[in-house]
Amino acid sequence: MSDQANIILSVNNIEVIYDHVILVLKGVSLEVPEGEIVALLGANGAGKSTTLKAISNLLKAERGDTTKGSIEFQGTRVEKLNPAELVKMGVVQVMEGRHCFEHLTIEENLLTGAYTRKGGRKVINESLEMVYEYFPRLKQRRGTMAGFTSGGEQQMAAIGRALMANPTMILLDEPSMGLAPMLVEEIFEIVKKLNEQEGVSVLLAEQNTNIALAYSNYGYIMENGRVVMDGSAKELGENEDVKEFYLGMSSEGRKSFRDAKHYKRRKRWL
Amino acid sequence: MSFFMEVLIAGLLAGVMYSLVALGFVLIFKASGVLNYAQGTMALFAALSFVSFVEMGINFWVALLLTAIIMVILAFVVERVVLRPLVNQPLITLFMATIGLSFFLEGFAQALWGSQVHRLELGISDDPIFIGDIMVSQFDIFAGVTAAAMVAGLAFFFSKTKMGRALRAVADDHQAALSIGIPLRHIWVLVWVVAGFVAIVAGLLWGSRLGVQFALSLIILKAFPVLILGGFESIPGAIVGGLIIGSSEKLAEVYLGPYVGGGIENFFPYMLALAFLLIRPYGLFGEVHIERV
Ligand SMILES: Nc1ncnc2c1ncn2[C@@H]1O[C@H](COP(=O)(O)OP(=O)(O)O)[C@@H](O)[C@H]1O
Ligand SMILES: [Mg+2]
Repeated sequence: MSDQANIILSVNNIEVIYDHVILVLKGVSLEVPEGEIVALLGANGAGKSTTLKAISNLLKAERGDTTKGSIEFQGTRVEKLNPAELVKMGVVQVMEGRHCFEHLTIEENLLTGAYTRKGGRKVINESLEMVYEYFPRLKQRRGTMAGFTSGGEQQMAAIGRALMANPTMILLDEPSMGLAPMLVEEIFEIVKKLNEQEGVSVLLAEQNTNIALAYSNYGYIMENGRVVMDGSAKELGENEDVKEFYLGMSSEGRKSFRDAKHYKRRKRWL
Repeated sequence: MSFFMEVLIAGLLAGVMYSLVALGFVLIFKASGVLNYAQGTMALFAALSFVSFVEMGINFWVALLLTAIIMVILAFVVERVVLRPLVNQPLITLFMATIGLSFFLEGFAQALWGSQVHRLELGISDDPIFIGDIMVSQFDIFAGVTAAAMVAGLAFFFSKTKMGRALRAVADDHQAALSIGIPLRHIWVLVWVVAGFVAIVAGLLWGSRLGVQFALSLIILKAFPVLILGGFESIPGAIVGGLIIGSSEKLAEVYLGPYVGGGIENFFPYMLALAFLLIRPYGLFGEVHIERV
């Protein structure tokens, strides 16, 4: 991202350690320009979720810790803040696996998302109406206990719940997980619409490279706790290695970048 | 038949008192997964504080307010001193910590208010009244109505208020709750405050029944069979479990007692709970985790 246009989030060379000993992120850097969708790609275990949790500071609850580097949101250092403070600043994470409150109704799930909001019932009702406009299905299911709704509806509820906090930036972790392709597309369409109409910036972690690149402006590819490649969605989509390793356009199946002799690893972050 | 009804009703109303203790317990367990052994001691502590204020000549309602304030302070202290440093520790550690808390509170109460037995008069006579030809204790009715009012209040709090919803959210999935900016510390304090208020009601009712004395903290032991029956996470379960335990122990005492020389009342609840564990380990109303694939 060479143009210096309003970087809303920048992660600089962070290192994350779980349980004081397990080094998982080994110097990850990335940037999200305001109003864009940036994809964080990579196989299972690459460190995508850890990166998102380092930003939202949900790491502490899993005994993880950002030991090096810095994270800036709108120019403010945020690595030392707690998740509630970040939510108030406008950064909300939608966790992998949806994490709805099963025993709360869909509407109650959405309302809890407004926990940090000030301004009383009126503001909250407006947000609720907005969420129902983007997710008409949730309106139909508003009185149903979340645990009894489908995976797609739960994913929508999780995104809707995050929207209730009125975020400037959403950290969206694997929204496609376990969902039928049609639904995945429906959800990505809504995310795109939210991005365009509400101006919400999105950092999206996905294993589904295909769909993620189709809906994002820029992408980073992670392997083993490092960013190994980045570029515009178009560049990445056309890159031979990406095609081979992540878009499944090879007869040999998925391999690691490490195996590709001709691939020159970027040394930018080392 | 009317004798059976009398025993049954007396049992049900006594059961309400068990429900009260179990209720405070369920609240804390639901929100934080902590088995709070100190719930009975909290009831004792509340009753003792209240009685001591009243004995100083303080007005009933002012004494109640002061006791409530004490329970709020206690909640903050528990969060700061016990829960916060033990975050992320295994639940058994937290359980042990609440046993410690229980002993501490007992000692502290003793140091603060002395160790003699106090009489507590709530001004409700324990004389029976007749409903039709069934004899019922007025006090038991009062206890039943109080408990019902409290449950209604809690139900409203949990379903209609922001904090109540947040509490249920944390109980369901604390990570998700964190992710939308609900600070767990606030929730812990809140749930201990609510459990503290429940302890006040339980303490006053039990205290006026048995006298305010240190044995009161042992009523927690009566809560366990209730919890096993009702499920550790269920508020309706605590109520129904209490009613079942209360009525069945009275009925067992009256109808089975004579065959074994009496005293069944004391161990029957535990037998019932044990038998129940074999059939429905998660209790009558315990949350069967919703699984969908
Ligand atoms: N709480 C944790 N404790 C220890 N190791 C963890 C924890 N969470 C994730 N890891 C490890 O960190 C690595 C990256 O995981 P993750 O960030 O979840 O990857 P991704 O989201 O890309 O699948 C994995 O090797 C995983 O085993
Ligand atoms: Mg992940």
